[in-house]
Amino acid sequence: MADGSIGLWTVPLAVLGGAIRVSTPFLFVSLGECITERSGRINLGLEGTLVMGAMSAYGISYLSGSPWLGVLAAGITGALLGALHAGICSLPRVNDVAVGIALMLFGTGLAFYLGKPLIEPTAPRLPAIDFGWWSDIPQVRAALRVNVLFLIGVALAPVLYWAFRTTRWGLLIRTAGESSDAARAMGHSVLLIRLRATMVGGFLAGIGGSFLSLFYPGSWNEGLSSGQGITAVALVIFARWDPLLCLWASLAFGGAAALGPALQSVGVTSGYHLFNAAPYILTLAIMIITCSPKRTLTGAPAELSITR
Amino acid sequence: MIIGETPPPSGAFGVDAIAMTMRFGDFLALDNVELKVRPGSFHALLGENGAGKSTLVKCIMGYYHATEGDILVGGREQAISNPKDAHALGLGMVYQHFTLVPAMTVAENLVLARDDVPAVVNWPKEMKELEVFLARMPFKVPLGARVSDISAGERQKCEILKQLYLKRRFLILDEPTSVLTPAEADEVLGMLRDMVVKGELTILMITHKFREVMAFADDVTILRRGKLAGAGKVSELTPDAMARTMIGAEELTVQPPRTGEAGKARLELAKIRALDDAGAIAVHDVSLTVRAGEIVGIAGVSGNGQRQLVEVLAGQREAESGEIRVAGDPYHASREEMRRHRMSLLPEEPLKNACVGGMSVADNIAFREFDRQPFASAGWWLNRSAFRDDAKKKIGQYKIKTRTPEMPISALSGGNVQRAVLARELAGDVEVLIAANPCFGLDFAAVAQIHAEIMAARNRGAAVLLVSEDLDELLELSDRLVVMFHGEFVYEARTSEADLTVVGRHMAGH
Repeated sequence: MADGSIGLWTVPLAVLGGAIRVSTPFLFVSLGECITERSGRINLGLEGTLVMGAMSAYGISYLSGSPWLGVLAAGITGALLGALHAGICSLPRVNDVAVGIALMLFGTGLAFYLGKPLIEPTAPRLPAIDFGWWSDIPQVRAALRVNVLFLIGVALAPVLYWAFRTTRWGLLIRTAGESSDAARAMGHSVLLIRLRATMVGGFLAGIGGSFLSLFYPGSWNEGLSSGQGITAVALVIFARWDPLLCLWASLAFGGAAALGPALQSVGVTSGYHLFNAAPYILTLAIMIITCSPKRTLTGAPAELSITR
Repeated sequence: MIIGETPPPSGAFGVDAIAMTMRFGDFLALDNVELKVRPGSFHALLGENGAGKSTLVKCIMGYYHATEGDILVGGREQAISNPKDAHALGLGMVYQHFTLVPAMTVAENLVLARDDVPAVVNWPKEMKELEVFLARMPFKVPLGARVSDISAGERQKCEILKQLYLKRRFLILDEPTSVLTPAEADEVLGMLRDMVVKGELTILMITHKFREVMAFADDVTILRRGKLAGAGKVSELTPDAMARTMIGAEELTVQPPRTGEAGKARLELAKIRALDDAGAIAVHDVSLTVRAGEIVGIAGVSGNGQRQLVEVLAGQREAESGEIRVAGDPYHASREEMRRHRMSLLPEEPLKNACVGGMSVADNIAFREFDRQPFASAGWWLNRSAFRDDAKKKIGQYKIKTRTPEMPISALSGGNVQRAVLARELAGDVEVLIAANPCFGLDFAAVAQIHAEIMAARNRGAAVLLVSEDLDELLELSDRLVVMFHGEFVYEARTSEADLTVVGRHMAGH
């Protein structure tokens, strides 16, 4: 089979490849947000965390020469931003949604400011594993070049699912998210549980950011995220706060995001920008379908400020 | 803290609170109060709302630190600085509001409550141990069920089992039977009483139900306005004597006698169906007629669809199907219809459902009429002095305790918020009155006044639908009694002919 002769098969292949590549930041941010929200707090600042993660990963990777150190730096940056969010929210009469929006703007602004000198240089990128070695069709090989972070994310989803049920920390996070009264009556500090959950959430979101700058698209610029962090937060609601559903939802969003470029590659150029908007249209459609004024969301942690 | 010597490792022990004084700023919540709970006894703590009962037990449990006074546990003085210290001494408390996590299973809730939850829970092993524990216990609960799916009675049993699972041997129960049917209450208290008699447990129960005090308690301590008003053996006291000690010299509003017969049908519900917030059917095709000059009481344990039914009548929730007629006309809970038919509403939790907390008492009292004469000219220009004059008149008439009519209503006590709503809703002629748990959490004086007003409205010819979780209240006020269970009306009788045990059985769904 000659190059390019696979014709329209390019589209589903590109969507599959896109689902794997583009979904990784969605996956990390949504799993992180899932942990945070299950503890009873919403962190809308993860968009800022994502961009800060991307910037710090790129910077550290460039300075140290090791992309993995960059990933770690991104995680630590995210955890610190998470701690900032949780710290502000532990003060009395503070609304977590408002703090989240402030931190989203703060995170992106700070990243652009600190990241100015990083637009020019090229940092070492994360390696990929070639799962397409068996095929000689370049499109297949391109679609199946999978980054290790994606595999870690895929493994993390069932681990979290298990951890929410069978570990002490999972049970405590759920208690804090479902009934802070119950948690307090047992003598636990709800604020401390939420601080830790928000930090872990920020850590994962930061790693999601490192994927953006160190693998795909694989450079640092100001238009890197284009709202993926905030989409991932909405995705958690769509996934009903279930880590396994977060995985599937991330894949669906990744696939939708790859639709525009895939159609363009086979020559469908009309409505290119419309197809690029597919993830956002999907977000809106899902929100309209799954929400109802007459009922509360099933599975929503009872302490969440949007459900109370 | 250093716990000098913990009480004996098994069996009941006593707790004494000596000369307890608790100050919140200028407010004296407890004034030199003494409480002596003998080991292996069932002790009742009586008092009106705000008498200091909760403050006292919270001092014992370490939630509050008393300004003055000492706590003796098993005869030894202990410094209890937080609930964990109290737990370590074997003290446990069951709160009035459930502390179980509704979205988790019973087993998860029990294991979670332990101080030593393992990092990774071995569920098969834990379940086996829980079953062994349950086999020794007087009551059973479904371990695998989610707490949100079990009945209020089972939840209360879970709360108590949780304390026993944690090996607590001194239990404080805060109004443990407020959500139970009389039969469930007798079952739970009877089993606890057995454990007390065997010497395994000491119980301190906060309550206001004299029936339970007489049937189950050995000793009683009565508080009034933060002071010790009386204490003694239950066998030497009568309910009347206890009530007098609780209330003191305060005069209660006298309820007018029931006069007049029921007239024409005023409020008709036909096959009303409504959903709850989760989208499940909460009210299942119920039909009911309330006639003029009649009080129809809806009994039932909370959570059986009463709230959703009242919300439909109040216009807070849309019915899925069915029809409501008032005086023969279709009714959709619009302001105009409520006005035309002189409908009044006393919803539960009045501060949340019938008031705007941040607005003044005067504004809240004027809600029904604020854009009409004399409160407004041409429907938009508000006349503030009319608001004030009307509020002043009603504040006097309904004995609302507020410093000025301009105070935000959220600053008032529960009883006074309910009085303000009463003043608004019952001031004019009333043809239809819908009341839901109108006396929940109120003191004797407020309860007597509200009961008298409801009876007076009935005598004046209003059709009254009274939804209540308090069976005694329904038996006292209503002409006809309907029991609601799982969203359906399962039993109906004239109140004078109703059999309490039959009513209780239907409330429990048998």
